[in-house]
Amino acid sequence: MEKKLLSGDEAVALAAVDAGVAIGTGYPGTPSTEILETFGAAGGHARWAPNEKVALEVGLGAAFAGARVLVTMKHVGVNVAADPLFTAAYTGVSGALVLVSADDPGMASSQNEQDNRRYAAAAGLPMLEPSDSQDAYDFLLEAIALSERSGLPVMLRMTTRVCHSKSLVARRGKVAPPKPPAFVRDIAGRVMVPAHARPAHRKLRARLAEIQRANESSPLNLRKPGSRALGIVTSGVAWEHVQEAAPSASAFRVGTVYPLPVEALRDFARSVDRCVVVEEGDPFFVEQLRTAGIAVEGKPDAYRFGELSVDRVRRILEGDTSPAPPAIKGTPPRLCEACPYHPVYGTLRKLDCIVAGDIGCYTLGVMEPYRAMDTCVAMGASLGVGLGLRHVLPESEARRVVSIIGDSTFVHSGLSGVVEMVYNPPATGHVVIVLDNGTTAMTGQQEHPATGRTLDHGATSRFSIEGFARACGVKHVHVVDPVAEAGGFEAILKERLAGNELALIVARRACVLAAADIRRWDKANADQAQAACAAGCEVR
Amino acid sequence: MARVVNVVVAGLGGQGAIKAAEILADAACRAGHDVKKAEVHGMSQRGGSVTSDVRFGDRVFSPMVPRGEADYLVVLAPDQVEVARPLLRAGGLVFGPDLVDEGALPNRRSLNVALLGALSHHLDIPEALWLEALHASLPERLHEVNEKAFRVGRETAARAGR
Repeated sequence: MEKKLLSGDEAVALAAVDAGVAIGTGYPGTPSTEILETFGAAGGHARWAPNEKVALEVGLGAAFAGARVLVTMKHVGVNVAADPLFTAAYTGVSGALVLVSADDPGMASSQNEQDNRRYAAAAGLPMLEPSDSQDAYDFLLEAIALSERSGLPVMLRMTTRVCHSKSLVARRGKVAPPKPPAFVRDIAGRVMVPAHARPAHRKLRARLAEIQRANESSPLNLRKPGSRALGIVTSGVAWEHVQEAAPSASAFRVGTVYPLPVEALRDFARSVDRCVVVEEGDPFFVEQLRTAGIAVEGKPDAYRFGELSVDRVRRILEGDTSPAPPAIKGTPPRLCEACPYHPVYGTLRKLDCIVAGDIGCYTLGVMEPYRAMDTCVAMGASLGVGLGLRHVLPESEARRVVSIIGDSTFVHSGLSGVVEMVYNPPATGHVVIVLDNGTTAMTGQQEHPATGRTLDHGATSRFSIEGFARACGVKHVHVVDPVAEAGGFEAILKERLAGNELALIVARRACVLAAADIRRWDKANADQAQAACAAGCEVR
Repeated sequence: MARVVNVVVAGLGGQGAIKAAEILADAACRAGHDVKKAEVHGMSQRGGSVTSDVRFGDRVFSPMVPRGEADYLVVLAPDQVEVARPLLRAGGLVFGPDLVDEGALPNRRSLNVALLGALSHHLDIPEALWLEALHASLPERLHEVNEKAFRVGRETAARAGR
């Protein structure tokens, strides 16, 4: 069969096409973004949701109706989606729902390196973890099949190196399609009032026990024969490092990371003199194996931080805890030279603002020469954090606080912060700056509700940031071009910082990297609308 | 088992380091090798350092070139040569931006492809497959310019006898 060089993300997307996935939804986040983009480009019904929680809920509804569904997000996105996720484990699904969690050990482009294998255990959801692109393709198909068989959502855990590395993939061709979606009422199964949720929890644990038994002999777990002296338990991309670092060792590659095939691993550990667990991130396997009374060696604490590599696996196996050679220090990223946010950060620096920041390219305002960001915690956190600062700081300092947030981030999780601001305004008021460059720039220029274009850049309703703020009752709402009206921006900001009222300033100018594309898409959409009119629709 | 060939392409965001790695990986794939390619996207798109690892041979495991095991370093930015050097093995070769005469290139932006041309002189991949890979990864209007850049690099390396 013909093999193609694909990234893990592309492989998942093409598997979703081959599996007849009816809808793919998610929110952009490195390293998961390319999954839905590829799925859409390959003809799949792919949509960006405003945030991960909504994405999962849309996916859940579609899977209640019997469809096969793919929901994608980065690891921290699962935090946003966690509320529906935990209860979706109780309701289960009628079709298939696969949630891709793309973790970022080493934080190539993230604010933390949480290990989302913990979510599978915490929510009680089966989780599979591929090691390369062929696995990513195969495991997505397996995850769909497992979800249909078990009636549970299934998590597919990937990491940066699996998502973005390319390796050869052979596709299997289309798998048998599911039944067409139809609504079958199941009130006790899907309305999670306590009377329904109590038996649902018991049912979930029984299902997990069944899956655990099946995982003991699952072909997704690989047992590589080798020396008796050393046995290695591993998963994900670490499996590839292990094969290179210790070619003669015996190895157990775990593909079904939750529920863990504990008895098969007990048998493996017994078969070797020394059993070392080489896992990226948290001691997730080590803890479970030790709880089961299996004597395994974990990695030294120093290797909990950052991603693994062939070198680091060698050092783990040698028990080498000496300081690693200093990391290769490249040039750090910075705001693009022509980025429209330069004057905004220049002004914030000049006015010595206390800046509650947020997540996106504009977080780079923290770098020299501006150093104009004082906090950055989570998507949308700039609003709440800014308000909290304003509530308790002495007046002279409270007046210097601004919240700064990008357009995509604002729609993702800034809206409820505006509601909080209007509901509980600080005595000095507050100033929110929305940096609106018309795209989700950081992750590679994806669309979002305030661009007025869907994932494939087609026209749709545009969410109005300023309209939302006005409707919420924010007293002063301004829209300025921070480059063309730099002086105006500074004057407005000064005035609002001096007052005691609520203000939201939209600093609007297109991302320099996206501007040409945005013009092209808008023109194409306008031409299409005009052509539709010319073809006979009524002009109102 | 034939030894795995390790190449690291390094540069700054926007210079085409990832594109060059893509072309190399595709050419190696067309030559029948097992291939893996790894890089980190994300923040690095904003003008920071970018490296992309390409490994090929009979069977490749880790997608990342271990430190000190790169056979070849292809570096697009002068200030990244020393940054990336610790990746190179003893006796490995560096193809830096000063290797090709910029004036001989039809377009400065094709430096990435010119350096691939220089690299190609040292790799056992037929020229026809390089050109196929080049065509597959670039829009047609850029084919001629890049083919020329590739040849400039290839001939420079051949003349240098390295």
